[in-house]
Amino acid sequence: MSDITAGSAARDPYRVGRSGGHGHGGHGHGGHGHAGHGHGLLSATGHGQGGPASKFVTVAYGFWIFLLSDIIMFSAFFAAYAVLSTATAGGPSGKELFELPRVAAQTGLLLTSSFTGGLATLATQRRSMAATQFWLLVTGLLGAAFLFLEVQEFAVMASEQAGPSRSAFLSAFFALVGCHGTHVGLGLLWLGTMMAQLWVKGFRPEILRRLHCFGLFWHALDIIWVAIFTLVYLLGASP
Amino acid sequence: MSDIDSRTDEELDRRDSAPGEERITEHELAGGLSGYLLGFGLAILLTIASFLAAQTGLIYQPAVISALVVLAIAQMGVHLVFFLHLTTGPDNTNNVLALAFGVLIVALVVIGSVWIMAHLNLNMAPMSAHQARMMP
Amino acid sequence: MLGKLDWSAIPFEQPIPLGAALVVFLAAAAVLIWVTVKGYWPYLWDEWITSVDHKRIGVMYIVLAALMLLRGFVDAVMMRTQQVLAIHGPGYLPPEHYDQVFSAHGTIMIFFAAMPFVIGLMNFVVPLQLGIRDVAFPTLNSVSFWLTATGALLVNISLVVGEFARTGWLPYAPLSETTYSPGVGVDYYLWSIQISGVGTLLTGVNLATTILKMRAPGMGYLRMPMFCWTSLASNLLIVAAFPILTATLAMLTLDRYLGFHFFTNEAGGNQMMFMNLIWAWGHPEVYILVLPAFGIYSEIFSTFSSKPLFGYRSMVAATLFICIVSFMVWLHHFFTMGAGADVNAAFGIATSVIAVGTGVKIYNWLFTMYGGRVRFDTPMLWALGFVTTFIIGGMTGVLLAVPPADFMLHNSLFLVAHFHNVIISGVLFAAFAGFTYWFPKAFGFRLHEGWGKAAFWFTLAGYVLVFVPLYIVGLLGMTRRLQHIDMDLWTPWLVVAAFGIVVMIVGAACQVAQLVVSIRHRDELRDETGDPWDGRSLEWSTSSPPPFFNYARLPHVENEEPYWTIKQRAMEEQRPGEDESYEPIEMPRNSPTGFVTAFFSTLIGFALIWHIWWLAIVGFIGAYITFVVFAWREHGDYEVSAEEVERIDRDGRAAQLAWLRRRERVA
Repeated sequence: MSDITAGSAARDPYRVGRSGGHGHGGHGHGGHGHAGHGHGLLSATGHGQGGPASKFVTVAYGFWIFLLSDIIMFSAFFAAYAVLSTATAGGPSGKELFELPRVAAQTGLLLTSSFTGGLATLATQRRSMAATQFWLLVTGLLGAAFLFLEVQEFAVMASEQAGPSRSAFLSAFFALVGCHGTHVGLGLLWLGTMMAQLWVKGFRPEILRRLHCFGLFWHALDIIWVAIFTLVYLLGASP
Repeated sequence: MSDIDSRTDEELDRRDSAPGEERITEHELAGGLSGYLLGFGLAILLTIASFLAAQTGLIYQPAVISALVVLAIAQMGVHLVFFLHLTTGPDNTNNVLALAFGVLIVALVVIGSVWIMAHLNLNMAPMSAHQARMMP
Repeated sequence: MLGKLDWSAIPFEQPIPLGAALVVFLAAAAVLIWVTVKGYWPYLWDEWITSVDHKRIGVMYIVLAALMLLRGFVDAVMMRTQQVLAIHGPGYLPPEHYDQVFSAHGTIMIFFAAMPFVIGLMNFVVPLQLGIRDVAFPTLNSVSFWLTATGALLVNISLVVGEFARTGWLPYAPLSETTYSPGVGVDYYLWSIQISGVGTLLTGVNLATTILKMRAPGMGYLRMPMFCWTSLASNLLIVAAFPILTATLAMLTLDRYLGFHFFTNEAGGNQMMFMNLIWAWGHPEVYILVLPAFGIYSEIFSTFSSKPLFGYRSMVAATLFICIVSFMVWLHHFFTMGAGADVNAAFGIATSVIAVGTGVKIYNWLFTMYGGRVRFDTPMLWALGFVTTFIIGGMTGVLLAVPPADFMLHNSLFLVAHFHNVIISGVLFAAFAGFTYWFPKAFGFRLHEGWGKAAFWFTLAGYVLVFVPLYIVGLLGMTRRLQHIDMDLWTPWLVVAAFGIVVMIVGAACQVAQLVVSIRHRDELRDETGDPWDGRSLEWSTSSPPPFFNYARLPHVENEEPYWTIKQRAMEEQRPGEDESYEPIEMPRNSPTGFVTAFFSTLIGFALIWHIWWLAIVGFIGAYITFVVFAWREHGDYEVSAEEVERIDRDGRAAQLAWLRRRERVA
């Protein structure tokens, strides 16, 4: 079991499920062949009879569901892009506009920031404040560099009369990629706020939960970027 | 009183992993620092492969789209396994089910929209050359 | 400085909206003055506005829904009377006003009446039924409610300042683009729906997490009450569908504010894409509303038939089936748009198939009643009224699912009659049934039966009288949203429909009377045991109203009907449950975060509608500061001592003991 849970283990959300535990032994058997640490499980996973989950699991799961909803929102923008990508209205197409070296650089930056985000998680598990702050800072700087390249790309396109008002294709492009960029920007705001909080308050349970949620968010943004660079840039620029 | 009362939160949580929580021990492939390094390496390789597939003639041209989609899905898988620590273990059932529901909806929305809108275009009345020139 | 806002935004020259606005304004001012004079502000602030208690928030949702239901009902009355007065004449509503009325009616009824009512009931009931003390994220719950209230407020501000959309309840492009709708009406629509949509999405996340991760010990998935199952399905649908709405409306917003071309006529925009995306949200939305309603009916049929629910597992399966398939039918809203036969056929078949899930449920309810001791209290009357009329609505739905038939009936009043038929008996009756059923739990006294039954019969009769004629005029070719009418053929039916709405007004008046009479006679209607209907699920095991922590000890669940088991055991053993030692409880602290967030989002919404950019920036900064202040708070929870828990719990147990003694004497 990872350390991060132990840190959050103050107690159950409302300190529940500790009394009246009769008739409970019967659920220990069945379906968990997780050798290693399958010992002493009182309630089989998936049957959900063990009472409320800990606050850490609840918060992370809630955020996981929120992320799924966010990805579904992106799917609507992807659908719009897929439908409108040929509607260039006589304007420039993706093949003329997209600069793949920049996209490659952006991909590298975001991917590396996902990796350093993971290193921050490992540092958090060791409860090392300096290392955690350092890797979070690196993650943020890489994200900011990514955002800078994206803004630069948008500015170049707008200056070449290829802004979002030029055609439906460009509208869909700016909205989809811009939506991802907005997410990165909000993530940076969140990251900065959280780093300050971590500095002031230390590794407290609620801050550990937030760090974990931020990790989920950042990795999810990377997954969306994989879809964007494949479907928008590579397919758009390929001959 | 059964032994449920003496359990700590840690034990309580055994039956359920938080999404993204790492439960794999250091010895396993996807665990700890080595897991992140491996994931990072695989992701870089897959990204390079994608760019190569799109930009060079290494792949039979009509198959480029499929290749790119396969590579993208593979890379998403790498992220899910090595960065988000999703496993097939029973403690992850809930997380995987939620993800599956999300993926299903994403697929329905994207594929459904493309299918429907493509059909609308097919059913447009044929255009004369003059009308085609007037198209936006 | 004030963007597009100036004095011309106030409709001085239009007497009807101005008069309506004046009435609303005076009523609101009267309430505020009354609260101030009586000195209720501290009480309201501490106990309600900043409350994060799911029960309080649920009640506030329902109050909001009831107010908006009245507002939407007034719109409905105006439409019915306009159509009957405008036969060969202009009527009393000019076209631009009539368009706003039908747009506001649909928007308000779906987003601010039906949704808050259903969400309010889920909020109140689900944690009680799961045997836990609050939802997963109590403060977020408060934020959700206040964001919904913000949306409702913005819609009502449009009555006075500016105008509302004239584009129908879904602002179809390109009519809703700036070319054809340059005013602020569509902007009011967009921002109020976006802001309340965020609230709804957060509720979905919150309740889905609650149901999946926070059930009482022993309550496995297949021991959850049916209402929790349908709430789970509904909230999963919220999480999956509302982001699509957000994205679609964001695209329209980009079109209107920044000159994008998603749905415009020029530059390659595609209006059909708007239809496609909005209905990819819109159809699941129907099931978001009706699935919890099915759950309410399931609880009521079982309780008032004094039997366990028939076919529990098939009911769960049908619920999940509907949850998934509801995402595969959205094209039936635009069969006529011109897709080919295979697309139309695929979606037509999927639409017919989804009726199978509902059919399973109907049979299960009928078999639940079969052989039971059925009691005809008001909630059961609503449920029976639902089953009988909903079947007709369902049948006409299957009829409309056949594409060739739909080509004949698309956008006719037949369609209008169909969806009112399913949504009134499906959702509104369920809301009233659930309201009557759980009212004693929330306030500790029952509602007056006589007035409740009168409200039911008048509403049912009025509803049939309004919508059966609309089916007929629909078949006679009358299209929807007509501001004036020149066909004599339709006249008699429109008169009957207008008479029907008068009967419905009587029904609504009976509801209000029921509430007033019940409050005045609350001592006679008091529910002392916490179990007024001889219930079967956990919410009836705690006192009415429940203590703020719901359960002194978390119940331990051993089967599908935990409270029924507890009750049988208590009657056998002649004592209410085991006397156990009490433990201290941690409860979440009240927080003004939700209210403050709503204040800033009102600023943001209003500023963006009127292009007051600096105010929008102020709003965003304020919202961010609120967020940081909340994140920085030191203590989110406080501890209730064991003695306090015991003191509060003792009264409830004493009442249950007294009931057992009484029962013994009678036996």
